Amino acid sequence: MVSGLINANPVVYERKERRIRDPVAHADEFPYKWYMHADIKDPEHPYSLEELKVVTEDAVEVDDKHSHVRVTFTPTVEHCSMATVIGLCLRVKLMRSLPSRYKVDIKVAPGTHATEAAVNKQLNDKERVAAALENPNLVEMVDQCLTPTYA
Amino acid sequence: MAKTSSWIPHIEAFVDSTRPPNQQNASLDAIVSLVKNDLLTIETLVKEMGLYLTTTDNVIRARGILLLADLLTCLATKPLDHATIHSLIGFFTERLADWQALHGALVGCLALLRRKSTAGVVIDSDAKALVQSYLQNIQVQSLAKDDRKLCFEMLECLLDRYPATVATLGDDLIYGICEAIDGEKDPECLMVMFHLVEVLAQLFPDPSGPLAGFAEEVFDVLGRYFPIHFTHPINNEYGVKRDDLSRALMLAFSSTPLFEPFAIPLLLEKLSSSLPAAKVDSLKYLSNCLVKYGADKVEKHAKAIWSSLKDAICTSSSQDPIFSIVSQKQDGIGFQENEIAKEALVCLQKFILQDDVLVLSLILGDEEIETILSSVTSIKRYNDIPKESKQKLHAVGCMLSISAKVSTPCCNKVFQKFFCRLMDILGISTESSSRGISDGTHELSEELNFGALYLCIELLDACRCSVMGSKEHSPQPVSAEETWCCLITDFSGPLTGALHYILGTSMNGNTSEADIHCGVKGLQILATFPGGSLPISKSIFESILTIFVSVISDSREDTLLWRLTLNALKEVGIFIDELHDSEKVLSFMTIVVEKVISLISLSESSMPLPLRLEAISVVGAAGQNFMLRAIQVLEEAISENFFYASVDGNLKSAEILVPLLECYSNKVLPWFHNSGDFEDVAFRFAVSIWNQVESNKTFNIGVQRKELLGEMMTAMRLAVAGCSEDIQGLIVQKAYSVLASSTFFPLKDVFSVPAKLEELQLTKVVDSLSCRDEWLISLFASVIIALRPRTPLVNVRVILKLFTIVLLKGHVPAAQALGSITNKLPLNINSVEVSSACTLEEAMDVIFNMGLQSASDSGPSRKGSAMDGGDVGLIDFCLNVGNSSLTQTNAVVGLAWIGKGLLMRGHEKLKDVVMILLRCLLLTGSVSPLPLQQDMLGECKEQDMHPTVIRSAADAFDVLLSDSNVCLNKRFHATIKPLYKQHFFYTMMPILLSSIKDSDSSTTRSMLYRAFGHVISNTPLAAVVTEAKRVIFALLDALPMLSLDVRDKDLTYSLLLVLSGIIMDESGREAVTENAHIIINRLIGLISYRQMMLVRETAIQCLVAVSGLPHTRIYPMRTQVLQAISKALDDPKRIVRQEAGRCRQAWVSIASGSTGANIRYCQGSSSFLNGTARPGLNQDYNSETSL
Repeated sequence: MVSGLINANPVVYERKERRIRDPVAHADEFPYKWYMHADIKDPEHPYSLEELKVVTEDAVEVDDKHSHVRVTFTPTVEHCSMATVIGLCLRVKLMRSLPSRYKVDIKVAPGTHATEAAVNKQLNDKERVAAALENPNLVEMVDQCLTPTYA
Repeated sequence: MAKTSSWIPHIEAFVDSTRPPNQQNASLDAIVSLVKNDLLTIETLVKEMGLYLTTTDNVIRARGILLLADLLTCLATKPLDHATIHSLIGFFTERLADWQALHGALVGCLALLRRKSTAGVVIDSDAKALVQSYLQNIQVQSLAKDDRKLCFEMLECLLDRYPATVATLGDDLIYGICEAIDGEKDPECLMVMFHLVEVLAQLFPDPSGPLAGFAEEVFDVLGRYFPIHFTHPINNEYGVKRDDLSRALMLAFSSTPLFEPFAIPLLLEKLSSSLPAAKVDSLKYLSNCLVKYGADKVEKHAKAIWSSLKDAICTSSSQDPIFSIVSQKQDGIGFQENEIAKEALVCLQKFILQDDVLVLSLILGDEEIETILSSVTSIKRYNDIPKESKQKLHAVGCMLSISAKVSTPCCNKVFQKFFCRLMDILGISTESSSRGISDGTHELSEELNFGALYLCIELLDACRCSVMGSKEHSPQPVSAEETWCCLITDFSGPLTGALHYILGTSMNGNTSEADIHCGVKGLQILATFPGGSLPISKSIFESILTIFVSVISDSREDTLLWRLTLNALKEVGIFIDELHDSEKVLSFMTIVVEKVISLISLSESSMPLPLRLEAISVVGAAGQNFMLRAIQVLEEAISENFFYASVDGNLKSAEILVPLLECYSNKVLPWFHNSGDFEDVAFRFAVSIWNQVESNKTFNIGVQRKELLGEMMTAMRLAVAGCSEDIQGLIVQKAYSVLASSTFFPLKDVFSVPAKLEELQLTKVVDSLSCRDEWLISLFASVIIALRPRTPLVNVRVILKLFTIVLLKGHVPAAQALGSITNKLPLNINSVEVSSACTLEEAMDVIFNMGLQSASDSGPSRKGSAMDGGDVGLIDFCLNVGNSSLTQTNAVVGLAWIGKGLLMRGHEKLKDVVMILLRCLLLTGSVSPLPLQQDMLGECKEQDMHPTVIRSAADAFDVLLSDSNVCLNKRFHATIKPLYKQHFFYTMMPILLSSIKDSDSSTTRSMLYRAFGHVISNTPLAAVVTEAKRVIFALLDALPMLSLDVRDKDLTYSLLLVLSGIIMDESGREAVTENAHIIINRLIGLISYRQMMLVRETAIQCLVAVSGLPHTRIYPMRTQVLQAISKALDDPKRIVRQEAGRCRQAWVSIASGSTGANIRYCQGSSSFLNGTARPGLNQDYNSETSL
């Protein structure tokens, strides 16, 4: 593995201002689309995925009727080896936050990663995800990335 | 003299560095006390210590010197003779060269230097020797932090106390200090060091003196610290904050004009930095330096400073000028920018104050301002102006207004330069004045130019501020010769016309908000110009008021314009009321107040009543006279409508009366409360209402009577509560006489002929009170509730009986009044007092045993009960099953309020009340009663109570403990014993818990749980937590029981809050840990509580908190919790889902062995990557995961 940071100097974008939803008016609005991804921390940098524009609000599609969620994310650099970890974070976050009836698809945005197909396959393979979550180091890392989302 | 042998061991103990510190301190104290009491002289001590002070063993010598130094520190106030001080300071001065034992020497020098002159001080020559030795021997920066601080403190002390002596050292001293402070980093030392530089600068003020040569070097050292970058958390161990450091450095910067050539360029450079904090600091420093350095020094930098300030203001002033008009508060995002702009403006003001001619010429001749002006004013409408231009416009407005505010000459210059031009752009000329005002419209056919209007109003505002001066000073006299004054006088007429035009068009709804703000603000400023008829003539003032009033009275709904105008009127009113300008007060009164109050009587007005009332109360609130006039009209309206409503049963009047009374009790009464005259107003109100009630024999209020009665009672309560005892006495007498003279209730008969009771009892159950009776009783109850404890009550017994009878009909105010009386009656009274007075004992007798012969056969058989038998009282109504359940319920409610009165004053009779309530609770079926109640229950019929009665008995505990805002609170002068709730809690808990345990019928138990729930949810949490262990079982049993019934959802929620309080509290932790299993089960049950979202949310939050308990306790529950939570993830409410996500994360991570839930991830470290880079190597890491 590489010793240094993969993308040592990422471009940081401003956080999108949270839409403050009126709790009464939107209380029953399903699904809660955005708030839960925005604060996931990047595995490499002390910034959230939103600040690095890895995930944007538009990249999350939710179909409540058919219980389906699709997330498309954009790694910061093409050869980013963290892409799988980011994808795993997204999946774990969704697994823990969504009711079990949802099917979750996580994809790398087309053309933004060198091994796009491989990453996509890995992320949407139940067995592999389960195996990855058996690995304590990975779980620890994922948990650390997710911690700020619960703050 | 103490024997040598007695204190030598102390010295040995101190010097021996192996001894524990507390022993060393103790021996130091022992020696100090010996010297203080003159049992030992310092000479003897020094002689005996001789070897310790001079030995070649470094450690021992250091300790020895330190002992002497500490001793001197402790003896700061003990007078010492000159020779002793001389020899001691000589010794320490010499020891400064001894680097191994330096600490003691420094402490000693400092102790000697700090002595008060009364106790003997170091003389000048010794001080000089000390400084020389210091400069020669000490390398400050090579010392430890504590010693460095001592060094700086010593220098500071020397400079403070021996300025003349030290100054003779000149260059050497400055050089030494430079060397000492160079590279210092410790915050505490820095604080001292910054001050040191400041004192040094004061020591050599001469521009050609020794400091002049070194200024660059000193500033070189100092300048590196700017801007202060200090990242320690707020509560660091130093107690030094960033602000302290920054302020100290600022004082050092501005300490001498000699720093000017270095400081100002540095500050200007940092001003262009991108760090907001650095900008704010630079501006602060700059304004301070400008003041301290003086005008001539600053002159050469003037241009540079002005352009930097201009940039700072232009780039960082808030985006939208409108927001700054609407309100000063800003949302959090632009906060730092605003801070910068604010500081920049302060700095600009100081700058102008320093040298107004120069700076003003810069400002007025500035090309950029010129460009902004012409670009902004080329666009007419506010909405068309681009965002950047708005910002620039705002910045220019701020700069001009600051310049105009500084002084009158400045104001003149700014006006001369800009005002006419702005007027030109607006298309306003002096000629149009006469026409513009007279026909009330403006000849302008098109919209006014917003930019020009905005700037013009900013200028007017600034001008007004500069005339007003600060709050303490009275306004300066206005002289007609001033340029600004002439200009405003000339233009005020046409300008008013133009602004009127804006308001006029906005009534039609096609003006932007910005224009409305400007229009109203402009008129308000013009109307509040101080100084008689200059510059604003009376006719213009009056026409402005007319404009405002027409806006107010023509409006049909609550618009922005209406709000702003009303507020402007209030401000104008307050202003002229404070100014005591009788002429203007008169105009205001006739034009505004009269017109506004005439609104109330307009029955056919298109304006909704609440708006009219608001206008009246707001305008009235501007001043005493205005309010008195307003209340007069309000009172008339109330009594008139009350008359129509009550006599004719006029529905419309009743409808009007409700908001009138609301306005009266919410707006008018509080206003008088704050500004005096309350009693007159309140008394007049109360008496007029009672008069009306008296004169009106046929009460006939229709549908709305409940609401109306409620409002009337509130108004009455508030009016009476604010009065003094005397006035209250009068009101009570009046009320009582009306009550007594009324025909509805043969008061005397009832009480003298006992036989009527039965009759009464039967009828009252069936019928409710007639309308007039209800009003009489309710109003009388309101009066009684609001009385002060010392107000004399007439015929207490009769009143008590009356209320007791009425409350049995289900009249709650009567019960509350009874509670109030029992709460406030004196315990004992002097025999001299009026015969009708009554003690609490007697009152209780009256209430409980009304002295009425009962027809019921249970009467005589109950001789042995706690109360005197033979009579029928309230208690019997509660317990006698023969009565109808409705009467019983009413009796229980009454009892609860009486109990509350007793409880709050801490009276022992409360016990009886509570026992009766418990009896009601336990009387279902054949329950084995508590031993305490055995005797009371013994003779009772073993019949079931009606369920509603039992329920009301349980709810009585809620009445007892919860805070009511209708009666029995501070506002209504209740006697409140401190901690009464806690006391009740501690006494009741064992009784309730044991009853719960003993009860075997499920109904009884559920009712007991209700009562228990009421008690603990109303007791302060701190008290409940201390009893957590005993309470928690019952609490956990009560929760599922109560969650079955929808009606109990509020109680369920408050119980859950108690539980969460126990979980969160440290002292409740043990009880929680022991019962974790049950708690989690209960919480899981509540996650699916359909009736109330708050319950679900709180239950999930509690589960999160529980996940912090020891793993062994909670781990077995994990699967169960996760299953329950996954259902909650699909909850219809978003907040619950969010909490569920958080909870799930917390519970998942206790299992995975990672500490995700507990670790606050430290941003900035990315070292955890290394672990994942080679997962294979860390296999042994997962020991916990395999659990």
